Amino acid sequence: MLRILHQIFRTGIVTEPLPEAEAEIRVVGRQLEEAIRRRFRGSLTIRQVDAGSCNACELEIHAINNPIYNCERFGVHFTASPRFADMLLVTGPVAFNMEIALRRTYAATPEPKLVVAVGDCGRDGGVFGCSYASLGGVASVIPVDVVIPGCPPTPTDLLRGILAAVELDKKKRG
Amino acid sequence: MSRLLHSLAEALGADVAADASLRPASVAGCAVPRARFAEAGAVLKDAHAMLVAEWAADESAFGRGFGVYACYRWAKDCVVVKAELPAGDPTFPTLTGSWAPAFRFERQMHSLMGVVPSGHPDLRPWIAFEDWPAGAHPLRKGFDGTRPLARGAGDYAWIRAAGEGVYEIPVGPVHAGIIEPGHFRFLAVGEDVVNLEERLGYVHKGIEKRFESLPWGEGHRLAGRVSGDTTVAHALGYCIALEALAGCEVPERAHWLRALLLERERIANHLGDLGAIANDAAFAFLWYQMMRLKEGLLRTNSALFGHRMTMDCVVPGGVAADLTAEGKRAMAAELDAFLPEYERLVRIYDDNASLEDRVRSTGVLAPQKALELCAVGIVARASGINHDARIFHPFPPYDRLDEIELEVPVLVSGDVHARAWVRVVEVRESVRLLRYILEHLPEGPVRAPVAAPPPGGAGFAAVEGWRGEIVYWLQAGPGGEVNRVMVRDPSSVNWIGLEQALPGNIVPDFPLCNKSFNQSYSGHDL
Repeated sequence: MLRILHQIFRTGIVTEPLPEAEAEIRVVGRQLEEAIRRRFRGSLTIRQVDAGSCNACELEIHAINNPIYNCERFGVHFTASPRFADMLLVTGPVAFNMEIALRRTYAATPEPKLVVAVGDCGRDGGVFGCSYASLGGVASVIPVDVVIPGCPPTPTDLLRGILAAVELDKKKRG
Repeated sequence: MSRLLHSLAEALGADVAADASLRPASVAGCAVPRARFAEAGAVLKDAHAMLVAEWAADESAFGRGFGVYACYRWAKDCVVVKAELPAGDPTFPTLTGSWAPAFRFERQMHSLMGVVPSGHPDLRPWIAFEDWPAGAHPLRKGFDGTRPLARGAGDYAWIRAAGEGVYEIPVGPVHAGIIEPGHFRFLAVGEDVVNLEERLGYVHKGIEKRFESLPWGEGHRLAGRVSGDTTVAHALGYCIALEALAGCEVPERAHWLRALLLERERIANHLGDLGAIANDAAFAFLWYQMMRLKEGLLRTNSALFGHRMTMDCVVPGGVAADLTAEGKRAMAAELDAFLPEYERLVRIYDDNASLEDRVRSTGVLAPQKALELCAVGIVARASGINHDARIFHPFPPYDRLDEIELEVPVLVSGDVHARAWVRVVEVRESVRLLRYILEHLPEGPVRAPVAAPPPGGAGFAAVEGWRGEIVYWLQAGPGGEVNRVMVRDPSSVNWIGLEQALPGNIVPDFPLCNKSFNQSYSGHDL
């Protein structure tokens, strides 16, 4: 136990202002926090759906939860059930074998049902393209609000994209 | 002569013909009549071999039917046994009589290629789903892979159990948190799992078919996305097989840089897994700490190689990124800072009684079972199997074993702890290797041109990724074009290990067991 406490004190708080474009992100982070507080009572809940990715996007989505990026400080949380989710964070391409599950997950999500397509594959199928087994980008199956390109997008890209979706929604709904 | 080939020749006599199309020469290729395909498998089983992979190729471009292939290995000895099937009657005797892993390999071949293993006891679709149109075999040349499938109807015949108190728990495909999709069907009595049946294939993206539409020089990008967490090892598998096939001499420096990328990938993923295993035992502290260390490594990757996971750095003929003297110094300094931090965390893992209570004797894959399943990688090494492709199928620079002295941890308890501890030791060993590589990195070019592969040739590679042995088999068509690319991720074999390890455990321990295996859905489903 002492070792654990020692390690905790030694490590301190490692959460940092986002590395690239720090000033901008500080502003954006504040906006995100503010928008989430107003629109989602301080808590934006995300269900992540892998609709056919190679799992690299999942690693980077995990990373925004790590203590360095610490997305919870902006009020961003991940949930296991789409029924609690404000946003679906969908990685693709959409596999033919995942199409039904993705549609059902979308149907189970309550309004406002924000959908963010993640990665080059989520955008248009990426290296997998469109084939008998891949239906291409997420938008070919469910409506998409924002696309975050990248292979995979970095954690910073992901946070920016989530912010863009929250902002977009704000404008859409006035 | 290969000992396995010798056993085959002794048992099957003149029916064993050498197959000279296979490269590299260290892997022996041979052909047997299809009626004796299973017999060959039984002979090799008696010779203590392991089944590495089984696959089929549509060889109509050569004016013949199908080829079925089975790869076996025993220590450094590796053979690929082929049988030819006529197009009008694509049947062959099943290997399931001798080989447990053949159950899934053959279900997959039956679903995707439409070849029929006679005598296979369970030909339910695998990877293909029951709502695919009848007769859709995407890996056949006549199948147009660019058009979407027409969805039909159908039910999957789950394994059932009857009896008082037995109930089913269906989980997935959209399950847990940030994770790939798969379906798990538990049969349980109270909290005790009686049976676990996996149903995978949700993220099947048609990768093997896609390879056939790409030129040789672009396949490595697709290979690097078979399983994103293993991008270096998969790209390396593809490239080594292609270089063997085309006869390319990779520059020395490139070999060492490839090993450097491979070991960095191993460390990063093992850190993530160690954290996640602790997290699934409700010890979030270690997750945060391990993720902090992992993030540091990814940032160094980004600074030195331009990508956090070093995607697309391994290319045919060498590597696309070089390391400057300054980069070398930065990496050495990183390792100096990393190791003491890491050791402190390992000590905390090892000292924690409540964690120990969860990970010891949980999810046991007994050595005998691991052997029967021909398990590979960390799963195998936690269950007593001393196999590592870096030693038994060495690719440079690992072929200088007397110089590098690679140490591979092998444990026998087969539980969650053993799978975690194999990772713990491997991280240390990879750090040592990285230091060695930094010290001995030769100068010179980092990339060589790759010639066009010879028509009808085949190239083979086995690479030890962080999860385990990855196998690539590339076949050139009659014009030297891509005829077939077979990919065998370690997950194709090891997923069955999870199924076998779970009965007798309680349902709430499933996430912990699953995390300790941490197999790739994408790499399995392809």
